[in-house]
Amino acid sequence: MARAVTTRRKIAYTALAWIIGLTIFFPILWTILTSFKTEAAAIADPPVFFNFDWTLENYAVVQERSDYMRYLWNSVALAVGSTVFGIIIAVPAAWSMAFVPAKRTKDILMWMLSTKMLPAVGVLYPIRLILIETGLLDSKAALIFILMMINLPIIIWMLYTYFREIPGEILEAARMDGAGLKAEILYVLTPMAIPGIASTVLLNIILAWNEAFWTLTLTTIDAAPLTAFIASYSSPEGLFYAKLSAASTMAIAPILIMGWFSQKQLVRGLTFGAVK
Amino acid sequence: MTKTLRALMGATALTAAGFGLAAQAETITIATVNNGDMIRMQRLASHFTEMHPDVTVEWVTLEENVLRQNVTTDIATGGGQYDVITIGTYEVPIWGELGWLQSLNDLGDDYNIDDLLPAVRGGLTVDGNLYASPFYGESSMVMYRTDLMEAAGLEMPEAPTWDFIRDAAAAMTDRDNEIYGICLRGKAGWGENMAFLTAMGNSFGARWFDMDWRPQFDTEAWSNTLNFYIDMMTQSGPPGASNNGFNENLALFQTGHCGMWIDATVAASFVTNPTDSQVADSVGFALAPDNGLGKRGNWLWAWSLAIPSSSDAPEAARQFIAWATGPDYAALVASEEGWANVPPGTRTSLYENQEYLDAAPFAAMTLRSMEAADPTNPTVDPVPYTGVQFVAIPEFAGLATEVGQFFSAALAGQTTAAAALEQAQELATEEMEAAGY
Amino acid sequence: MATQHSRSAARVMMAPAVFLLLVWMLVPLILTLWFSTLDYRPMRGTFDCCEGLGNYTRFVTSSAFLSSVVTTLQLVGGVLLITVIGGILLANLLDQPIWGQGVVRILVIAPFFVMPTVSALVWKNMFMNPVNGLFAHLFKALGLQPIDWLSQAPLFSIILIVSWQWLPFATLILLTAIQSLDSEQMEAAEMDGAGPISRFYHMTLPHLARSITVVVLIQTIFLLSIFAEIYVTTGGAFGTRTLTYLVYQRVIESQNVGLGSAGGIIAVILANIVALVLMRVVGKNLDA
Repeated sequence: MARAVTTRRKIAYTALAWIIGLTIFFPILWTILTSFKTEAAAIADPPVFFNFDWTLENYAVVQERSDYMRYLWNSVALAVGSTVFGIIIAVPAAWSMAFVPAKRTKDILMWMLSTKMLPAVGVLYPIRLILIETGLLDSKAALIFILMMINLPIIIWMLYTYFREIPGEILEAARMDGAGLKAEILYVLTPMAIPGIASTVLLNIILAWNEAFWTLTLTTIDAAPLTAFIASYSSPEGLFYAKLSAASTMAIAPILIMGWFSQKQLVRGLTFGAVK
Repeated sequence: MTKTLRALMGATALTAAGFGLAAQAETITIATVNNGDMIRMQRLASHFTEMHPDVTVEWVTLEENVLRQNVTTDIATGGGQYDVITIGTYEVPIWGELGWLQSLNDLGDDYNIDDLLPAVRGGLTVDGNLYASPFYGESSMVMYRTDLMEAAGLEMPEAPTWDFIRDAAAAMTDRDNEIYGICLRGKAGWGENMAFLTAMGNSFGARWFDMDWRPQFDTEAWSNTLNFYIDMMTQSGPPGASNNGFNENLALFQTGHCGMWIDATVAASFVTNPTDSQVADSVGFALAPDNGLGKRGNWLWAWSLAIPSSSDAPEAARQFIAWATGPDYAALVASEEGWANVPPGTRTSLYENQEYLDAAPFAAMTLRSMEAADPTNPTVDPVPYTGVQFVAIPEFAGLATEVGQFFSAALAGQTTAAAALEQAQELATEEMEAAGY
Repeated sequence: MATQHSRSAARVMMAPAVFLLLVWMLVPLILTLWFSTLDYRPMRGTFDCCEGLGNYTRFVTSSAFLSSVVTTLQLVGGVLLITVIGGILLANLLDQPIWGQGVVRILVIAPFFVMPTVSALVWKNMFMNPVNGLFAHLFKALGLQPIDWLSQAPLFSIILIVSWQWLPFATLILLTAIQSLDSEQMEAAEMDGAGPISRFYHMTLPHLARSITVVVLIQTIFLLSIFAEIYVTTGGAFGTRTLTYLVYQRVIESQNVGLGSAGGIIAVILANIVALVLMRVVGKNLDA
């Protein structure tokens, strides 16, 4: 930023930005705080912020009731699995659309996006019946496939827009030098594409982690991820704010931490061709 | 676990048995609701696996609506994901008749089937076959704050009338201190506000259908029911009542915001439990109110364990059900967590047990409430259906949930009672016609 | 030669994606189309041919249909309005020189990582509950009557929850776009005496047109299938029943698969119409 900025203006902007940022973040902060409270403190009026007896009891109760690690592992397996396979399929497709555009490329892209429009519950019975026939109900394989398919259109599009920004001249130069298709991809394109792919991977993991319809209706034990874990806490009997908060924190913490650490990578590629 | 895997495991087990290594490990998957009593059962299940080392138990504990949705879809598509499912008195007759459940006539000699409360047993039996074993049963009754009642200068009769409830609610309400005379279900759902309103309607002489299955929401009895309910809740109910279900009201009552609460009898053990409830030592109980028409506004429900026909481990499942719903389970809970926490409302013997009666001040009222409910003859005028707070036909759940949304909107003041009833009548007529009645 | 070569290579590379998506679309679609012509009610044990278009007429003529379409449009429109406007303002703010920009950005994008179920549960119970919720405490502290959010302003409450989740996404994309704005041009405009509002209107906004399009398009696809937020908060009561939710009620709550399948097909058709309109209106920005 080359503009000279008065300190006063900077203070004002800083204050405003922090107020808004904290407001947006507050529900998450409040959930985390509440998870360390007793149930009585959780609904105290006036609310207590830090001056309460911190307790880990809610986490203990939640852990005793449900095996958190199993759900966590399933969430990781589904999110990572669907992302890996998705990327393997999406990268070549997006590459060819970006560098060898045909007349129908745009139409194909839009058609792909339109496959996301069928309401999931409308096809619940068909999908279930297919899984029963194939013996894949409550299997990670089936869920990985479904989550991959759900997000495939979005990630193809995201990669496509990213690849398109890679200047074609570079490719031509490489071709002039006699690089084959393989070399072209391996040595010229891949290094340039890495940030976009990284960002796409992150987005796909987030979307897969948070998917809550299929992961809830097609799983029982073996493939049940954290979305199923949270469904057993949504309205238990009696006072439950603190336990709900503990379970919520456990469900979102891994992805939140991952997101924060990798936000630079995520942001870099999250343009969908919006920047010229 | 997938079928293939299970088959493989079964095959290995057989081979192992062939070699004299009798290790017939069986896994049963149990789907259950996240209610306190079920969570306790999950905690105590280690006692079961100690007795049956050859059985592994996997738990799927979900919130009631999610559970119902998953279990229903699974059983309707024959998915076979569960070996034991938790269902209620609404589902059992319908699913039993469709052949989706295995008959539980023979759960062993220790099970003592004749000990089951007749009304509960009747609700789980189709053509002489028991299709589910009751885990806990409930009716509904009035729970009230004795201190607030006294402060209002009133005395709760054992069997109050609706008029008394309304007047007492108004007298107990103190909005400045956030005390609301009456807390009732308002959240839309066939198992939420419609369970309450259908049962309440019974005491007002209302019914869902006449003998020709014609919907009855255009009758004066329904108009009286709904108007009374809305007027009373507007005058003395908590804010946001139209989003309150059982759990929300329980939280309100436990934190001292409710003067009276008419709901499931199982709540009695929660509101009198000092670790959870701030008002534990000042709770009284009374029968659900009536209007002098011969029917009280209380329901009958039993969360029960059943085995889907598609289960591939029916023997182990049977053993589990016999354990969890058998007479010895009560003693186990009593020794581990005290008599007051024993799942109520399924067996006569429990109500003859002096230790239980001493520990559970609500026991007598629970039993009387359950005995007062008659699923086969629930209404003032005759009806072609069974069920007190529901109508045991497959269309009911969907229909009643939508009707519940109309009534919930009326409670929230978004529409009038008359308009809500009109919508309900229109929808019910449409649905029943389409269903072929 | 190279072109020829790469064309066929391109086809090979696209084939898996196109094939899988084709299967993923067609198989369920055909089964759903088939079911939609049946009297398929598992609870009645029926799986009977042939309803013809009966399920379709019933779905469309039911009193719930039109209002659910309107609700869907209101929900999608409301969320888009809040997230796009909020996103532009927030992105502009984050583009200013501020202390701790990285941390603020982390705070702002956090909601995007939260599961819809969790966020709906947290908002419903811990914030919007009229007795024990934080908003109620706040209102009382200010001497006001607490609002019962979910029954007095149900659709607005849901829009609020969903907007909270999607604001980070919009902000991020718009922020990247703003950062790519040529600052020299901006300075030149400033020299020429253009005020901040005029600069924003004549320079920033046109520059953002493309990214706004992207935000609208992607969010619309996700928002049309919003489910968990409604399920957890109101269960479709108080006029918050969207088309997706109506289909859910038919399939799951009423266990009428035939009718629900017809609803699903209608929902796809309508969603594609919306998408087509969207492309026509704003899609130009995506070209070039």
